[in-house]
Amino acid sequence: MSAINSNIPEGELTDKWTKFKSSVPLVNPSNKRNLEVIVVGSGLAGASAAATLAEMGYKVKCFCFQDSPRRAHSIAAQGGINAAKNYQNDGDSTYRLFYDTIKGGDYRSREANVHRLAEVSVNIIDQCVAQGVPLAREYGGLLDNRSFGGTQVQRTFYAAGQTGQQLLLGAYSALERQIGMGKVEMFTRHEMLEVVKIDGKARGIIARNLITGELERHFGHAVVLGTGGYGNVFYLSTNAMGSNVTAAWKATRQGAYFANPCYTQIHPTCIPVSGDHQSKLTLMSESLRNDGRIWVPKKKDDTRKASEIPEDERDYYLERRYPAFGNLVPRDVASRAAKERCDAGYGVGSSKLAVYLDFKANTERYGKIEASKAGIHNPDAATCLRLGTAVVKEKYGNLFDMYAQITGENPYETPMRIYPAVHYTMGGLWVDYNLMTSVPGLYCTGEANFSDHGANRLGASALMQGLADGYFVLPYTIGAYLSKEISVQAIPTDHPAFAEAEAKAKGILDTLIGIKGTKSVDHFHKKLGLIMWDKCGMARSEEGLKWAISEIQQLKKDFWSDVRVPGTADEYNTELEKAGRVADFIELGELMCLDALDRNESCGGHFREEYQTEEGEALRDDENYAYVAAWENKGDGTFELHKEELKFENIKIAQRSYK
Amino acid sequence: MSTGNMNLTLKVWRQKNNKAKGKLVDYKVSGISPDMSFLEMFDVLNEGLITKGDEPVVFDHDCREGICGMCSMFINGRPHGPKNAVTTCQLHMRSFKDGDTIVVEPWRAKAFPVIKDLTVNRSAFDRVIAAGGFISVNTGNAQDANSLPIPKARADAAFEAAACIGCGACVAACKNASAMLFVSAKISQLALLPQGQPERYKRVQNMVAQMDAEGFGSCTNTGACEAECPKGISLENIARMNRDYYSAKFVSEDEV
Repeated sequence: MSAINSNIPEGELTDKWTKFKSSVPLVNPSNKRNLEVIVVGSGLAGASAAATLAEMGYKVKCFCFQDSPRRAHSIAAQGGINAAKNYQNDGDSTYRLFYDTIKGGDYRSREANVHRLAEVSVNIIDQCVAQGVPLAREYGGLLDNRSFGGTQVQRTFYAAGQTGQQLLLGAYSALERQIGMGKVEMFTRHEMLEVVKIDGKARGIIARNLITGELERHFGHAVVLGTGGYGNVFYLSTNAMGSNVTAAWKATRQGAYFANPCYTQIHPTCIPVSGDHQSKLTLMSESLRNDGRIWVPKKKDDTRKASEIPEDERDYYLERRYPAFGNLVPRDVASRAAKERCDAGYGVGSSKLAVYLDFKANTERYGKIEASKAGIHNPDAATCLRLGTAVVKEKYGNLFDMYAQITGENPYETPMRIYPAVHYTMGGLWVDYNLMTSVPGLYCTGEANFSDHGANRLGASALMQGLADGYFVLPYTIGAYLSKEISVQAIPTDHPAFAEAEAKAKGILDTLIGIKGTKSVDHFHKKLGLIMWDKCGMARSEEGLKWAISEIQQLKKDFWSDVRVPGTADEYNTELEKAGRVADFIELGELMCLDALDRNESCGGHFREEYQTEEGEALRDDENYAYVAAWENKGDGTFELHKEELKFENIKIAQRSYK
Repeated sequence: MSTGNMNLTLKVWRQKNNKAKGKLVDYKVSGISPDMSFLEMFDVLNEGLITKGDEPVVFDHDCREGICGMCSMFINGRPHGPKNAVTTCQLHMRSFKDGDTIVVEPWRAKAFPVIKDLTVNRSAFDRVIAAGGFISVNTGNAQDANSLPIPKARADAAFEAAACIGCGACVAACKNASAMLFVSAKISQLALLPQGQPERYKRVQNMVAQMDAEGFGSCTNTGACEAECPKGISLENIARMNRDYYSAKFVSEDEV
């Protein structure tokens, strides 16, 4: 075990970023033209970085496995993006956004990074509006805001329930502009399979052209991974089918540490699992908790329909347990509370693994307001319902439609049934203040890194972080490294390090094809998912984690001896792609369990059953666990733990309370 | 847990690669639940093919919640299948009956060549956007977001145009394989907003020129694109684009 250096600049918290920007070495325009940067991933964190670096004058190559950079899974983010604009005049400030994020992360994130995030949050909104991103507006023409969990101000900007789509299309258009100008070379349907390291520095990648199967060598003076989260380790999650950990995992094979892998976010409001055919889960945006009240029947195993259960027989358990934040408690708290009620026998629906999200009260409230606006005094219930439904439709129409489409039920008439599902991963590649991993020249942005959300991410903060990293942080910090690389000529890709990396990638592909076993890739992925969900999901225990580790080790053996990958490696082969990703997920799954086992406390998304208060709240151990767990992959199935101590100099570390 | 009892016959387009000749192949699937999505039904088909030692059917898909625009499939003669305003991943088997025969083909358009089976190449859309589907503002040049009020109705109209997911159903639905709905949605979004004004006329000309160069067909106002669009993108956008395209001929050269 050794300590690691996060390279946080000296000085007052509020001055660190400003001072850094003023003192970071610059690269002159003629040198930028000769410096090549590889960006892997084209979501918010990748596309924004690729576009901005190209605007600055660097030569950029960008890679994505989808058919277009616009498909990246950032597109599916629904609810919104936070920024400390204080447009609502409700007392918001950079400090408050910083404070809420640190507290929301259960005091397991780095102060300096989070403060920088809060500082640049305002620039993101400006930039996106300038790009023509149609964020929601009020009748006066100014931008509208709404509330999200874990905050008491309205700082969330949004575009209906499609905020991620609109922000990504903004970044995509900026990227396409640079592609059109020839400043970014785009490689779609390409998957990164190795990081190439020369003399200790990241100098390129091996990417597979997914259509032809050809392995390609690409040089870069620096490499940026904006490759998203690893929620699909659970098989069922709200992530896209293709979302994977492969790029980040291959980086760990080259010496990049993987930090806090056990911090996973289980989102409280998702559509419950309907059958074992299910391939993915669908999120219902947290914004719905602005107007939806969560409840279960007070009676155990109540089989009545929601509409038949009278008001006084309903348990609005979040409002009961957390009166100050009510239905807008952070995600980890809301998810655990739902699990607690269902485990205790109060769940609803045929599986009994669901709770109600009910819009009736607020629909009526909106109806009364609208009636009064229209000059209708003492409106009857039907009028209120009609007018209120129109308001709800305007706010959440696409989400209600999505729910109806999937479940076949009408959420305007009956409450939604929801249950927690894997949604986001706070852990990721360890990065320093500059967003550089422990491999010089290898950077990591967005969900793929671990840096800003601690043990739990607040709603509407993922979009903020992805764009902060890509538009405003990395383009500056990477200069500190590239300014020292100006005399390095592009290294020809016939260098032995490229050949060796390519041979390694080819070896894995050939092995996978050659096994010719009896079980499909999905068979193993589903098994892994079940182990992870049961033992490393919403609640973990020492016993369960130890069992999971031995199960995963066995699963790994079975996979490498019995997986069946049809076809060949030199053609478009989607099963081969999946096989490579699942192989990496299996190794990551084991590390997640190891990390969860190491962390003898409960914090944020990591809940160890042994460590809870009498009321069942997470019990942190700040004396022993106020550190980032950065794991070094030894390559032989073992991992070494390095600790980065977290220092809280500006925030008083406290028991996290939303009561 | 739901158990399925639907039995279906599928006629699926199989094509090894871009150069090979393709054909429709018959498959039977059974035990399908009405709660499955259409793509989950394909997962069942593929699992069966892999177990038998055959190659699975390749199809594009990713988010499986109707927003990434990756899934396609021309189902019983309609892009994204028989329901209105959904993508294939949002189409559920409850929209079909036990015993049905379902024909599944790839998008058919010269500008979208088949890659394999049901997967086509839609890069032409990216190149159209690269030709002008943006506002030229580098990072760090923006003024305060609220310094430019935009009437709500106008912002909402821009949003509705911006809701396009770039799936290509409009092209697949059109007898001419025209991309006018896709191209006009982006042009409208930016033309409706004050930020989009400086490049308005240059943008429409460049994007239309690229659209033509990619080999998309002409628009003959049949409206199939709007009818089949999973996001309900309106034909009004095409009218706006045409207006701007012709206006561009009359504005001063400084603006184009």
